[in-house]
Amino acid sequence: MADQLATGSRRGLRPALPLLLPAYLWLTVAIFLPLSAMVFFSFMTDLPLAGKEWAFTLGNYAAFFSQSLYSTLLFASLRLGLEVTLWCVVIGYPAAYVLAKVLKGRSREAIFLLVILPFWSNGLVRIFSWAMVLREGGILDTALNAVLPFKINIDLMYSYPAVIIGLVHSYVPYMVLTCYLTLQAIDDSLIEAGRSLGASRRQVLRRVIIPLSMPGLIAGSALIFVPVVGSFMEPRILGGRTGTFYGTVIEDQFVAVFNWPLGAALSFILLAVVLIILALAAPVLRRAG
Amino acid sequence: MAGVQVANVSRSFGAMKALDDVSIDFADGGFYALLGPSGSGKTTLLRQIAGFDFPDAGRIAIGGESVERVPVEKRRIGMVFQNYALFPNMSVADNVAFGLSVRGEAKATIAAEVQRALDLVQLGKLGGRRPHQLSGGQRQRVALARAIVTKPRVLLLDEPLGALDKALRVDMQIELKRIQREIGITTIFVTHDQEEALTMSDRIGILRDGRLVQEGPPEEIYDRPQSEFAATFLGDANIFRGDATGSGIRLQDGTTINAASGASVPAGAKASCAVRPERIQISTGSAKPDRVDANTLEGKVSKRIFAGNSSTYFVDREGQTLKVIVQNTGAERLAEGEPVMLSWSPDSTVLIAA
Ligand SMILES: Nc1ncnc2c1ncn2[C@@H]1O[C@H](COP(=O)(O)OP(=O)(O)OP(=O)(O)O)[C@@H](O)[C@H]1O
Ligand SMILES: [Mg+2]
Repeated sequence: MADQLATGSRRGLRPALPLLLPAYLWLTVAIFLPLSAMVFFSFMTDLPLAGKEWAFTLGNYAAFFSQSLYSTLLFASLRLGLEVTLWCVVIGYPAAYVLAKVLKGRSREAIFLLVILPFWSNGLVRIFSWAMVLREGGILDTALNAVLPFKINIDLMYSYPAVIIGLVHSYVPYMVLTCYLTLQAIDDSLIEAGRSLGASRRQVLRRVIIPLSMPGLIAGSALIFVPVVGSFMEPRILGGRTGTFYGTVIEDQFVAVFNWPLGAALSFILLAVVLIILALAAPVLRRAG
Repeated sequence: MAGVQVANVSRSFGAMKALDDVSIDFADGGFYALLGPSGSGKTTLLRQIAGFDFPDAGRIAIGGESVERVPVEKRRIGMVFQNYALFPNMSVADNVAFGLSVRGEAKATIAAEVQRALDLVQLGKLGGRRPHQLSGGQRQRVALARAIVTKPRVLLLDEPLGALDKALRVDMQIELKRIQREIGITTIFVTHDQEEALTMSDRIGILRDGRLVQEGPPEEIYDRPQSEFAATFLGDANIFRGDATGSGIRLQDGTTINAASGASVPAGAKASCAVRPERIQISTGSAKPDRVDANTLEGKVSKRIFAGNSSTYFVDREGQTLKVIVQNTGAERLAEGEPVMLSWSPDSTVLIAA
């Protein structure tokens, strides 16, 4: 395997160019151009629409630092991202383990389908379904009161937990998929070797399986953390008044206030912060794995 | 150290009987080879002994202690896997240290034991490497060091040399045998390779379709196979089928073949005789055999394959092709198409009940 990689790189990039070209063209058109436009907007005083006056300014970026509201919200969003990612690990990793190492054949296919089902439903539908479940007199409330002998009021709607539940539900499949892929690549004989050497199941898990599945955990966490920090749909619908986060503020700038330059500037600050966090976390996580 | 007793063990997967009432006594300190074609249940038997899988019926004891309810990690076995199964996230030394460290031994003890095990497999200097930086033979040695460093009672090896090329394999066979002698551990060795089984082990068990066909020392199985399957699976054999006469068999054309050893079959019953290709003398038509009771047959050379130190002749007679191996002594070689006389002693002939 190492040999194959070595000969691959010796042949150089040139033969691969025709294969890469379509992807790069698409990336240029679909991401680079709009993104450059956004960078441009973020330094403008106003949108150049309908002949309005505009000039270059750093004011949009300065706004982030002059008003503590933005950094408070960014901090709240980072915490939300961290919590959702942790819950996804706690729920997704065991599920991936069972899928990859315990289930075989038919039952594995069936459970796998259930796990990726949320991918196939529209995001809004998913969130409004949760709204129906979580609100007072909703499905959860009714069901619990039907079972329990005493009366309780469950109204999770418009609360922080509701936002967490909605986000975890949306993003946990990413964690299951990335962990499933790395776990499946771990040979069962490694587990058996560990056990034959006197290690209990738990010791094998801690010293062999988790270290070897680090790449999946890291990839899954990055895939979840980044979009959750910028999320706005779930916080707005399930969080109500408590659902004001950095992402919802950015969304407001684009769809409600029409202050695109400020929205763009806030987005790039978020991007920078997330990149810094990932860069700081990478070496630590790599050492752990 | 301890012997292993397997008594009447059966294991089925659905309708498939992977092990069917297998009983073997693995002697303390012995080197035992399990031999059999693909799917005969060798791995399944090894996994029952290791405790990765549990029998539907029967008893397994290690060192006289019944282990049916003992989980793998408490059985104190060492296992070497065909694909090595080294932990890719650890260095060679950490791989070898794994068994001691999960047991909670002191750091200094672990370091000393690991070094001793690595020295034993002649890899003393490679402790800092990662498994992927080793050659196949080196990985196999690490796997072996890792398996024996915990001082297990039994060493189980599932086709450990299967992935190595021929030359390296012979080196590793010698090495493995040396280490096994040095620490005197009961060893059960699964292999496809009959030569490997013959050269390395004190005893061989031949499995077929989940049943133990025959077991015993290599010489005994080779010289006195109890079934056509055992005769042809371990080494080459010419098989004749006919009716038992009391001292041998009579073929369909009336020729009798005398056998001095093997099963006792009542006269008239169906039986066969097996004779090894290297036990047959081949000569041009007229020569007389040196013993009066020798078995003789006439035939015609259909093919000769020269292999340097020996030649293999294929001789056609009565619709059967017999195989004869002749050492290269410098004597005159026979040509294809030449009529020949085959002769061999009854002592070289084994009678097998049908
Ligand atoms: N977990 C399992 N589930 C179903 N069938 C199995 C299982 N393990 C083994 N078998 C079946 O049991 C039979 C014996 O398998 P086993 O692996 O013991 O053969 P083997 O002698 O080791 O063969 P090989 O030389 O190819 O390794 C085979 O027919 C196999 O298909
Ligand atoms: Mg096998």
